[in-house]
Amino acid sequence: MSPLKDVARYVRSKNAGPFWVTIDVFCDDRAAYERLCAAPALGAVAIADLYGVGSNQVRIFHDDNLKVLKISFPRPIAQGSTEDVDSHAGQQFVPLLSVMV
Amino acid sequence: MPTPVKVLVPSGVLGSGCPEDAFQRGVSLGPDALAVDGGSTDSGPYYLGAAVSKMTDAATKQDLRQLMLARDRLGVPLIVGSCGTSGTNAGVDWMAGLCEQIAVEEGLTAKVTLVYSEQTAAGLAPYLANGAITPLPPMGDLAQSRLDECDHIVGLLGYEPLAKAIAEGADIVLAGRTTDTAVIAAVPLMRGLPAGASWHAAKTSECGGLCTVHTRRGGVILTIDDEGFDIEPLAADNACTPFTISAHLLYENADPYRLTEPGVVLDAQGASYAALDARSVRVTGSRAEARPYTMKLEGSGAAGFRTMVFTAIADPKIMDRIGDWLDRLETFLREGIDRVLRIPAVDYRLDLRPYGWNALDPRHGPTDRPPLEVGLMVLVTAATQARATEIAKYCNPYLLHFPLNQDDPLPSFAFPFSPAEVALGPQYEFKLNHVVHLADPCELATTRTFVAGLGEFHVAA
Repeated sequence: MSPLKDVARYVRSKNAGPFWVTIDVFCDDRAAYERLCAAPALGAVAIADLYGVGSNQVRIFHDDNLKVLKISFPRPIAQGSTEDVDSHAGQQFVPLLSVMV
Repeated sequence: MPTPVKVLVPSGVLGSGCPEDAFQRGVSLGPDALAVDGGSTDSGPYYLGAAVSKMTDAATKQDLRQLMLARDRLGVPLIVGSCGTSGTNAGVDWMAGLCEQIAVEEGLTAKVTLVYSEQTAAGLAPYLANGAITPLPPMGDLAQSRLDECDHIVGLLGYEPLAKAIAEGADIVLAGRTTDTAVIAAVPLMRGLPAGASWHAAKTSECGGLCTVHTRRGGVILTIDDEGFDIEPLAADNACTPFTISAHLLYENADPYRLTEPGVVLDAQGASYAALDARSVRVTGSRAEARPYTMKLEGSGAAGFRTMVFTAIADPKIMDRIGDWLDRLETFLREGIDRVLRIPAVDYRLDLRPYGWNALDPRHGPTDRPPLEVGLMVLVTAATQARATEIAKYCNPYLLHFPLNQDDPLPSFAFPFSPAEVALGPQYEFKLNHVVHLADPCELATTRTFVAGLGEFHVAA
């Protein structure tokens, strides 16, 4: 097992509108991509737990051509509301970097 | 078979700039339309709630001038969507004022159609009563009271009101809130090109050069035809590759394959991407599925006033026990606000954000290595600015001097500026994530026309 940051090439997060966040995990090669696709820590239940959302709200896409794992879920706190600390959700990928895969 | 249509997209947002040489190279390729959007919700609820642009007049004018001069030479439509960042009526009028100034300064004239899409709570009430407003996840059903809480509401225009304006003779269309894609897809769609290729081309290019290898070298030019579309960067020394083009559908989209637009869903799952040469890509196989016509609503309403105090600490003794210190400080401040100011907890919100420690992720625990220094942002939110500032001022001496242990010598921390309290002004929050079902795509759009360059339109005082 290794932290995700040592397996993926590049990870980013961004708003998908004010009420959703989406995280893209890019891989260099197919072996890394398939490893991430199979990792329980990147499944809906684990992601829901990590980000504090319902697992039925987590959407995961495996793009074989781009070798990208994409994870989308509703923002627990809407963009720009009083509690929000990350208006563009640009740093929301960071907790994912240390997930073990 | 319809003739192919070329659309030049200079940048992802008007005011962010397109290098002149790249832009002129695009113009030399003979575009049939110039299209760019002027905003989105991306900058947060303030710009919609307060109905102000986040872009400066000067930067916006520079880009609009570049486009208006090219349009004048080419004689093709220029479309700007989401004017003034959030696409309120004030944003459209602001853009119209800049357009008029440029026309006068450059000695040119152009027929301008303003397409407004701002809505009112009262105007939407009959739609809500008839069940014609439905939520998008994760929102629930809408209540009229929530519409009433909004300071400004905009509906996202589809391509139809833009196409109508062009069909009726507009040289320049300045639109209120519009989907980023409709601005680009309008001319191809009105000239009969397929919806799949037109929407996919628009989605790919909506952020300008972001779908290219060198994202700061200006936008792209699209050629939409009967079978698909070609895309290339404006700059000769930039490139689009099958990877950059296909990967762009991931960007800011919750679902990378199915993209909902007014009256249509783009299905890009079966699309193929092929390099035409070292710097351009051809895309085929995207499909569009017709849907009942819906217009997305965005609304922003007041959420109190805020005052900020910022202090900074590097004392290693406090860094070693930063978690304890913060807990004690917060308890002390809340107790004092209650006891001294007599302001109950329900009347304010106090947020301590220790940047350098765990401001972005509160899960960083006490066992982690201590930070070298912490910038502590303290945010007070209350019903009025005066109340928020009163609470912030009460916190001030403790943000300067709060000791780690009760009997320690009095420490002093590093305030970076004076006054230490900064009034952040009115706060807003997004209130809506809903769609209104429409029989006619132009039903909630209103238009106004004028000829720019004749002194007919002035910026409102």
